[in-house]
Amino acid sequence: MKIVKEALAGTLESSDLLVKVSPAAGDGLDVVISSEVMQQFGAQIEQVVRDTLNALGVTDGLVVVEDKGALDCAIRARVQTAVLRGAEVQTFNWSALS
Amino acid sequence: MNDLNANRLSNEPALDRLPRFDGYAKQTPYLKDPVQKRARKVCETLEDAIRRSGLKDGMTISFHHAFREGDKTINTVVELLARMGYKDLTLASSSLLSCNAPLIEHIRNGVVTRIYTSGMRGKLAEAISNGLMQNPVNIHSHGGRVKLIQDGELKIDVAFLGVSTADCFGNANGISGRSRCGSLGYAMVDAQHAGTVILLAEEIVPFPNAPASISQDQVDWVVKVDQIGDPSKISVGAARITSNPRELLIARYAAEVMIHSGYFEQGFSLQTGSGAASTAATRFLEGHMRRKGITASFALGGITGGIVDLHKKGLISRIIDTQSFDADAAESLRTSPDHIEISTNEYANPGSKGAFVDQMDLVILSALEIDLDFNVNVITGSDGVMRGASGGHCDVAAAANLSIVVAPLIRSRIPTVVRRVTTVVTPGECIGVLVTDHGIAVNPNRPDVRERLTAAGLPVMTIEELQQRAESITGEPRPIEFLDKVVGIIRYRDGSVIDVVRQVKA
Repeated sequence: MKIVKEALAGTLESSDLLVKVSPAAGDGLDVVISSEVMQQFGAQIEQVVRDTLNALGVTDGLVVVEDKGALDCAIRARVQTAVLRGAEVQTFNWSALS
Repeated sequence: MNDLNANRLSNEPALDRLPRFDGYAKQTPYLKDPVQKRARKVCETLEDAIRRSGLKDGMTISFHHAFREGDKTINTVVELLARMGYKDLTLASSSLLSCNAPLIEHIRNGVVTRIYTSGMRGKLAEAISNGLMQNPVNIHSHGGRVKLIQDGELKIDVAFLGVSTADCFGNANGISGRSRCGSLGYAMVDAQHAGTVILLAEEIVPFPNAPASISQDQVDWVVKVDQIGDPSKISVGAARITSNPRELLIARYAAEVMIHSGYFEQGFSLQTGSGAASTAATRFLEGHMRRKGITASFALGGITGGIVDLHKKGLISRIIDTQSFDADAAESLRTSPDHIEISTNEYANPGSKGAFVDQMDLVILSALEIDLDFNVNVITGSDGVMRGASGGHCDVAAAANLSIVVAPLIRSRIPTVVRRVTTVVTPGECIGVLVTDHGIAVNPNRPDVRERLTAAGLPVMTIEELQQRAESITGEPRPIEFLDKVVGIIRYRDGSVIDVVRQVKA
């Protein structure tokens, strides 16, 4: 999946996160994460974000995550939504997203 | 006459070294001056009062924190002491909050080098957790603070006590005037024990002021100041009525636990604190009390509007108030003869000859973390940074017949029920029941309570089950990294050390 435009998903409410994706400036994937629970869960958040991007086949782009203590399921959903918006996908393959 | 007297007594061996009479005003020279006699305590400015107090470098100054986030006394006084060139002071405020962030600068500049407090929040707490101070902060409970004073470890040289009204002689209270904080429970202790007592009064009223929470015989100096605090900020985030379904669920469970605890009988006593869930639990309790036809003999502690409401409805006979958490509580203290102001010595000091907590049946307490042994942390956040207060937690937990901790199982992604708390403030042996939104755990040392709650059909499970449930939702948190340096010493209510807080790794 290719990110062709800037897109957002999520909020900055507690227990949620804001994900911003934009097309790659150069080659490759750049993931930037800030979180209120960085100390305890930073590594796990990055893992979930990268796994989700991987499952969507995103190989290039800038992904900025501002996390407010969201659970993994919320992180996965917000990343998927941001990517699908940024890739201008109109028809969804739901089984691949679950 | 006097000369005659002196001659007659001068050679009397039976009198040994007893002082001979030397005029009626020898010890009380102000009595010779009709103006001085009455107005001798009133200082023109705070600076005058400080000069007259005899405060020196290295001494201990104290404050009360009844205005919580609205306090305007602590920062103002320390700022002035800094300008006057004082150094190396020990700051003994009954507690510190986010509003005290300006103290950081005075710690950096060596004005304040030691701190005793019940807790701290915000930027000040962050800075201290990151190693701002050379000497670790002593964190005490409300009862434990009085014990440290009694035992002589905490020797207050000069107390700076903000009051809404005082007369020229120092009779003062917090229930009249403009900025009313209500109970002066913390200040009463300092007034009794400090070497020198300075009252910062927002209003000087005609003598004699009544009621006198702080009495003239304890006060050295009185100075008028513009504002001691903003009472609207006392209940910031505390005394709200929640509509959050999760908090309401916890509150309902907590009320059910109280009802089936075995202590819900005519004349029972309770303390509920100021958390959203415990305030809501008070409201659920009302219906149960009416249905059973019982009333409480007293409610204790930090008092909220919710408790006052039950008092007005005749369901709680007396309110015993060491800190008023909102304007309703302060107003009730002013108007109800059965709303009684007490010092923290009477409230919770294990060294006092009688603390109200000893008479307590049911208490609802909060927790930042609680572990498999029911140990409770109310001081450090899950990132290891201090952000809370010991308060009366360990005092009431130790003395009450049943201590009930209420907390959501997880807060955002942070589990509340953990294998081992970051910092122990209250030992698990004092905690009877944990109420979460996912279920209720009973301490194995209370099989009687467990049996009653199970029989009542409440969702009782083990604390291990709750901990695993939390971890299955959040994932396993990575342990926080600390440095070796101790930044906080957690003193138990009897003065012993129960834990330490170490500097967080940046």
